[in-house]
Amino acid sequence: MERRDFLALAAVGGGAVSSAGLAGCANPAAGRKDFYFVQLSDTHWGYRGPDNPDAALTLGKAVAAVNALAEPPDFIVFTGDLTHTTDDPVERRRRLAEFKSIVADLKVKTVRFLPGEHDASLDGGAAFKESFGDTHYVFDHGGVHFIALDNVSDPGARIGDAQLQWLQADLAARERGAPIVVLTHRPLFDLAPKWDWATRDGARAVELLMPFQNVTVFYGHIHQEHHRMTGHIAHHSAKSLVFALPAPGSQDKRTPLPWDAALPYKGLGWREIEAQAQGAAFKLTEFPVQRA
Amino acid sequence: MRSPARRRWLVGVVVTGAAALVARVAVAQSPRVIEVVARRFAFAPAEIPLKAGERVVLAVRSLDFMHGFSVPDLGLRADLLPGQVTRIELPPQRAGTIDFLCDNFCGDGHEQMHGRLLVSP
Repeated sequence: MERRDFLALAAVGGGAVSSAGLAGCANPAAGRKDFYFVQLSDTHWGYRGPDNPDAALTLGKAVAAVNALAEPPDFIVFTGDLTHTTDDPVERRRRLAEFKSIVADLKVKTVRFLPGEHDASLDGGAAFKESFGDTHYVFDHGGVHFIALDNVSDPGARIGDAQLQWLQADLAARERGAPIVVLTHRPLFDLAPKWDWATRDGARAVELLMPFQNVTVFYGHIHQEHHRMTGHIAHHSAKSLVFALPAPGSQDKRTPLPWDAALPYKGLGWREIEAQAQGAAFKLTEFPVQRA
Repeated sequence: MRSPARRRWLVGVVVTGAAALVARVAVAQSPRVIEVVARRFAFAPAEIPLKAGERVVLAVRSLDFMHGFSVPDLGLRADLLPGQVTRIELPPQRAGTIDFLCDNFCGDGHEQMHGRLLVSP
């Protein structure tokens, strides 16, 4: 089965498909190929509470759903808040280890991890690094340059001067038309500052990225699908795998949406992101925790 | 011709009057100071009543963490060093409600650490 046919069938079977533009990409970089990857986010392993009474099982169900894909993704990314925060460094490491053990069941073994503030803000990312390595890094796949940015190890939600200089140096080696994907946890723009849905120096990162024609950002943090353009740069947030949060700024408090026993996992899910060698668009396909 | 004693008396009256005037102006211009306590995971008080047009200084004492005090709609923020009082001057506001929050991640409950300025006409 061709990948495109599969995606069409997947959409009929419960996924929601949309196209996410990288407007204006007329010159695909050398080495481009069709591929797709999976984004999971905000699993909050260790959370116990009424907003997801199934929290101890939800991550495993999502892993099973990804494993059931007819065609395996090239790789998988987790965009932060792998674990729910704790003050106890021992418990933090235990939660990270349990999370790592569960996702080790993924059939696809190329898995990239980013921290969220729940993983990293209370210890500057120390425990996360012990389990998963650097909190910011780059890699290339299928002719696309991926940049993982850490905007959570600083509890003040700063990327910081050192990392911004690193980003600037990395971008200096890129062609202006090169396809670039940024993976991060918090939104790089001021989505809802009154809910702490922002990166304090995110505008500086966006400014560095602006000269590049084909930039797309995938992030987490807000526990829902959301799409926003800052200029020509597209930003797409992912659903959570623990509980959903209200639309940005839609109510006084950012309290989780209550668990619906009649519709368990409502508002939760993960996505596929398909890159095509020709053209600039990424095709996003949203999936629930469990396939129908 | 006035005597030296009379001149000293006049100078004293003028100086005293000027000092009183300066004091009155200073009092008139001094912002009201409101004490606020920040601790994981709440501000106390969480709702702060103000009068429209009033100058206010928030004297925020953090007890346990370097919380943040952020008022996004006013473009104001400060780090709250634990054990210290951080003074944050608020410019006069119009009537309405203005949100503030802790914007330094402080633990399991950080998301609930916020409050509101309630500005009455």
